[in-house]
Amino acid sequence: MNVQTKDSEQDHGYPDTTVGKPILESDIKVAARDVSVFYGEKQAIKSVSLDVAANEVTAFIGPSGCGKSTFLRALNRMNDTIDICRVTGDIRLDGEDVYDRKVDVVQLRARVGMVFQKPNPFPKSIFENVAYGPRIHGLVSHKSELEEIVHSSLERAGLLNEVKDRLDTPGTGLSGGQQQRLCIARAIAVSPEVILMDEPCSALDPIATAKIEELIDELRANYTIVIVTHSMQQAARVSQRTAFFHLGNLVEMGDTETIFTNPEHRLTQGYITGRFG
Amino acid sequence: MDTLLVIGAIVILALIGFVMGRQRAIARSGGDPRALHSLPNYHGHFVALWAAVPALVLVVLWLPLEPMLAMNAALDYFQANIADPGNMDTIRQSKLALLLSLDQDATTIDLSELRADQYALLQTEIRNMAAGTASAGHAAFMQEVADYYAGYRNISYILMFAAGVGVAGVGAGLAWRRIAPDMRARNRVEWAVTLFMILCSTVAILTTLGIVLSLLFEALRFFSKIPFTEFLFGLHWSPQTAIREDQVGSTGAFGAVPLFAGTLLISFIAMCVAVPIGLLSAIYMAEYAHSKVRAVVKPLLEILAGIPTVVYGFFAALTVAPFFRDVGESIGLSVSSESALAAGMVMGIMIIPFVSSLSDDVITAVPQSMREGSYGLGATKSETVRRVILPAALPGIVGGVLLAVSRAIGETMIVVMAAGLGSNLTANPLEAVTTVTVQIVTLLVGDQEFDSAKTLAAFALGLMLFVMTLCLNIIALHVVRKYREQYD
Repeated sequence: MNVQTKDSEQDHGYPDTTVGKPILESDIKVAARDVSVFYGEKQAIKSVSLDVAANEVTAFIGPSGCGKSTFLRALNRMNDTIDICRVTGDIRLDGEDVYDRKVDVVQLRARVGMVFQKPNPFPKSIFENVAYGPRIHGLVSHKSELEEIVHSSLERAGLLNEVKDRLDTPGTGLSGGQQQRLCIARAIAVSPEVILMDEPCSALDPIATAKIEELIDELRANYTIVIVTHSMQQAARVSQRTAFFHLGNLVEMGDTETIFTNPEHRLTQGYITGRFG
Repeated sequence: MDTLLVIGAIVILALIGFVMGRQRAIARSGGDPRALHSLPNYHGHFVALWAAVPALVLVVLWLPLEPMLAMNAALDYFQANIADPGNMDTIRQSKLALLLSLDQDATTIDLSELRADQYALLQTEIRNMAAGTASAGHAAFMQEVADYYAGYRNISYILMFAAGVGVAGVGAGLAWRRIAPDMRARNRVEWAVTLFMILCSTVAILTTLGIVLSLLFEALRFFSKIPFTEFLFGLHWSPQTAIREDQVGSTGAFGAVPLFAGTLLISFIAMCVAVPIGLLSAIYMAEYAHSKVRAVVKPLLEILAGIPTVVYGFFAALTVAPFFRDVGESIGLSVSSESALAAGMVMGIMIIPFVSSLSDDVITAVPQSMREGSYGLGATKSETVRRVILPAALPGIVGGVLLAVSRAIGETMIVVMAAGLGSNLTANPLEAVTTVTVQIVTLLVGDQEFDSAKTLAAFALGLMLFVMTLCLNIIALHVVRKYREQYD
């Protein structure tokens, strides 16, 4: 793993600081070093290095266009689907380089699940939506096993009680909040280790948002979660660690409490107190 | 003497009306455009519409009526002034008598007693003489009638010009006077535009209705000669009917089953070629191909749709069919030189762009979020295509395939050249079959009487073809509604 050099610090003008409790080496789930992402000629992420701790919720905050979603999508190589996108640097999941030639992107994405900004259930029944992942990965051999997985995933996503009588109705017929929980259930069904959430509540009303936040807190026990959010309150409520991005740079990262009460950098302070953003 | 002149004058008046209406609206607003209910342009359009529409309606009604009135007047003149007994000698010796095949001892002509064809001939001669295009050698009295006719038309033209321009002027003037700041010119103009659009769509609907009705009535005439059940269930097609009593071997058999079987066989072969190739190339183009490849290959594929069907036809007849025959011979199969297989294959190639282009459009229209959702779960590209994209795009794909089927069923040129005329009832694609469209062509080309069962059969076939594609569309609509996976 590379360590950020003195030069790059000076380039960005941001101190290489991690405030609050450091992450134990053994707790590191995802480690990114000097990650840069380019869209054609344009550099969207500028040499970012950070660690994501296992069984914690890590929040990425920052103003629109700062690259936090791009960075998130680099973690499970979703950027591969964009022709002009190029990633350099080093991202390791449990010590394995995810951009290594030997890594099968399909298996990577089974380990690192994703929930998107806009709920995107497939135009299939609720059952089929959740069963999709286990089916394509051949996780089950019997129908009863599949039903078991679907039920437990829906239950963990807190949706089972609301939909158990209509599993065969289209997933697109649910409300926005239910659809998003269905998407979370769909992601859980393939038993990922990490779940990436790209502004999962931005299309939802406050009640649905509260339910999802509650769910994220529960999921933390079993999964490592990275969430991109525009809501400072949400980051403060659900995350243990927060990273603040600005114009493609990681400005600072640390304990959520420290970041929100005692940020190192004046940009962070300005953003969380609402002076810009 | 040109109708265009009248229309031009009306259009110029409408333009002047537009400018004046606009100016008046601005003037009436007292320099403050906000005082107007509608923008000045709408006032201008309002005046222009009042100038143009009533005047044009008048002209359009006048145009077919006026020659009729003139002709009636000319014929009356002929009856009253020429066809009196004193003139009969001249008439009997004239070319007209020859044309109308008048009796040489006739003492008078009564126009109302002429046969319909004689009457029409007389009118044509008068019209041609007035236009100066009649055959030479007519007597002076015919020139007299023609001059009378031409003069009448002249007066009528001047009248039409005056009336058209007058109506346009009056309409524009009245509309102009009505312009006031609170006049709802915008609502009126938009109402007129709506009405115009309704008229346009009505034209399309009425045309379709007209075609269907004419098919229906001609087909009914056919079914009064040949029983409906024989046509529908008969297994033998041989439309040669005897023209003379003593002709032999032309009894006529109108069983349409072999034709429809042939049509379906060839369409089936065509779809077997077009659907897999078209669909797979669409999937490749939409999901796998790099955008640069796509930019080159897609237009290339669409060139196939631009090749005239007659070219496909002789390609099928001169290249593909002999090739199949030779291949068949070499492996010991007897392939006729005009085979359903050759026609169907070439037709399938012709149809590929229909399937691929339409499928490509609907596949591209599936939201990117569906793909990301699937990829995010670790699905491969092919799993995503099979399980998410194709189901979501299914209605559009079925629509494209159906369009292709209708095209295949209605396609004529390729089958005329490559499928043959023998109405064999067979499911063997190596034999020659014939299709509905081929038979319609062969029934109607050449000199025909249009009231024999043979030619009327074309209408019956056309009607059945129409009903067939209609049924296909209805079935497809239901299939699509039942199985579609709605993604928004």
